[in-house]
Formats: sequence, C-alpha cells, structure tokens
Amino acid sequence: MSSPKAKIEVIERYCKGCAICAEFCPTNVLEMDAFVVKVARPEACTACMQCELRCPDFAIEVHKL
Amino acid sequence: MAYDYAKHIRPGKLPHIWCPGCGHGIAMKGMIRAIDACGLEKNNTAIVSGIGCASRLPGYMDYCTLHTAHGRAAAFATGVKMARPEMNVIVVGGDGDGTAIGGNHFIHACRRNIDMTYIILNNSIYGMTGGQFSPCTPTGAKASTTVYGNPDPTFDISKLAIGAGASFVARGTAFHAAQIDKLIAEGIKHKGLAVIEILDDCPTTYGRRNKFRSVVDMMKRLKEIAVPVAAAAKMTAEQLEGKVLTGILHQENKPEYCEQYAQVIARAKCA
Ligand SMILES: Cc1ncc(C[n+]2csc(CCOP(=O)(O)OP(=O)(O)O)c2C)c(N)n1
Ligand code: SF4
Ligand code: SF4
Ligand code: SF4
Repeated sequence: MSSPKAKIEVIERYCKGCAICAEFCPTNVLEMDAFVVKVARPEACTACMQCELRCPDFAIEVHKL
Repeated sequence: MAYDYAKHIRPGKLPHIWCPGCGHGIAMKGMIRAIDACGLEKNNTAIVSGIGCASRLPGYMDYCTLHTAHGRAAAFATGVKMARPEMNVIVVGGDGDGTAIGGNHFIHACRRNIDMTYIILNNSIYGMTGGQFSPCTPTGAKASTTVYGNPDPTFDISKLAIGAGASFVARGTAFHAAQIDKLIAEGIKHKGLAVIEILDDCPTTYGRRNKFRSVVDMMKRLKEIAVPVAAAAKMTAEQLEGKVLTGILHQENKPEYCEQYAQVIARAKCA
C-alpha cells in the first residue's frame, strides 16, 4: 500500500454534499455519506488538487505531505 | 499546501448562499486565485456587479465592491474606471444580467474597449428568479417561461463580445477549474476590455427541468462539450458539432477608452 501524498481536510459545516469532489477524484479517495463527503481511502490520494479546485463551497482542502 | 482563500473573503461570510453544486463558487475561487496571482491589492481593486445569483459574488470579496442595479454593472464600473483610471476594475455577473437587461451596457463597454475585466458566469438561465429563459438558454431547452421548449436562437457571448469590439475574449467552464484563474489573470493583465465567459451550471432551475439528474451530470456535460482552441484547429467541422471552444479566443491591441478620453481633456485644455 502506497502512502498518501496529502491529508484531505473536509470542513463539514461548509460542505453542501454536491458530490463533485468525490465523482471526479481520479483515484476514488472520496465517498459521499449522508450528504457530506468522507475521506474513504486516504492512502490512494495523489495530491492532484482536483477536489479542492472544484469544490464550489471552500469545503475541502488538500494539505500536501 | 491548501490554497489560502480566506484572506480574500470578508470575515464571517461563509458558507455562501449558492445552492449545492452551483458553479458560481468554483468561478469565485478562480477569480480569487487570479487576483492573487496578478498581485492586485484590496484598496486598488473594485469588483462590480448587477443583480442575480452570480451578482452576489462581490459581497463575499474583501475588496472595494459595488452591488448595483440589474444589468447596470458595466455602466457603474465604467464610472469607477473613468473617475479612477488607476484602479483595477472587475465586473462579474450572470448571462441574464449581462446579455438581457444589461446587453446594451455590455456591448458598449466592449465597443469602447475600456480597460476592465468582465467575468460573465453563463449558466444559461435566470437562476435567482426561478429559471426564466435568458438570451443564452439553448434553443429547445425548458425554462419556467418556455415549458414547451425555447423557440429562441441563443447568443454566443464570446462571439458577441468580439463583434462588439472587446480586445480580449476567453472562455472556460466551471468543470475546468484549474484553467479559470489562468484565463482571468490574462484578462486582468490585458489593456482594454477583457471578457471571460465561464460556462456554468444552475442545477436548481436549469438542470432539473432539462433532464440532468444531478450536479455531476451537469459537470460531465461541461467536460464533454469543451474543446481547447488548439485542439479544435485539428478537428473537422463534424467532430466539432455540439462542441464549445475554450481558452483565449481573441486578443488584439487597440486604443483604450480612458487613454482616449484623457487626450480629449488635454485637447480641451489647450483650446
Ligand atoms: C430592473 C430589474 N428587473 C428584474 C429584476 C429581477 N431579476 C433579479 S435577478 C434576475 C436574473 C438573474 O439572472 P442572471 O443574471 O443570469 O444570474 P443568475 O441568477 O443566473 O446567476 C432578474 C430578472 C430585477 N432585480 N431588477
Ligand atoms: S487531491 Fe486528488 S487524489 Fe487526493 S482526494 Fe483530491 S482529487 Fe482525490
Ligand atoms: S465538492 Fe465541496 S461541497 Fe461538494 S461534496 Fe465535495 S466538499 Fe462537499
Ligand atoms: S438558483 Fe442556480 S444560479 Fe442561483 S445559486 Fe442556485 S444553482 Fe446557483
């Protein structure tokens, strides 16, 4: 198992559950859970930044490790 | 490192009012990165809007901001720029605000080639008032006022801007988030009227009526229709059917309005 390239932080009070981040994550790190995104497979994160760039709500941050 | 958006946003303003998945938030983040990359300062940057969901954007920005009347953003912005030509003036608004009620102000700002950046968030609909059709609603699409399908032909905002005289015109999409800041930054750096059209989604009033099951479906469509200008040059007309060009579509140097006006003042003083 490869080590994650970033720590993903979800700001739950901002997340509106649109699922954009989860759907377009290239390595399937994220999953929807009751209208909030959850970091389901952190080890697969490549720190590509796509989720942070596309979140309309400032609700997901990619902290590179 | 995660991007520090917070220092550009008025304290306590988040979460914003836009619906889940509304692309206006994606565009606002791109605009923040562009402003930051160009090194614009809060006191020398005015962000001006009319009325609409898109026009709520300046309210979140910790800059000099003006939230004006529906369709009148370009007129107010022109006033700011004429009075204070040293300021960076950015206009932001929707397709309804900019091409329906404000269409006249929009084309004349383009014609004058005044040094401002006009960001138009084109979600093909009047979002704020419940989904009435706009000049950018696709022919055949459903809106609350075209329940049997829209009979009108559709404005191509970028072509309209080029035709009216804007000296910089670019197009991006809410899906292609990483490109938004690059296009806006080029527009800010350009001397003259720069129009950046962002193809956007309104899941609440457009998506639902037009058979998009989710926000994700709307994003997938933006992904599918966008073709970068360089790639399009190698494609046939058939391959380009239903596609939309993205990137910098037009750029030229031509006289800028504030400079022309300063010359009028100089001539009047000599007379
Ligand atoms: C003079 C005037 N006419 C009509 C309205 C009602 N109105 C408010 S927002 C809007 C349309 C907004 O659509 P758009 O500019 O495309 O922005 P969106 O809400 O889709 O972001 C209209 C017609 C108004 N506020 N003022
Ligand atoms: S940074 Fe990239 S790989 Fe990591 S969670 Fe976000 S989209 Fe997925
Ligand atoms: S894109 Fe943002 S608002 Fe949408 S589900 Fe992901 S974190 Fe939540
Ligand atoms: S109504 Fe449409 S444009 Fe307005 S906030 Fe909701 S999704 Fe965005």
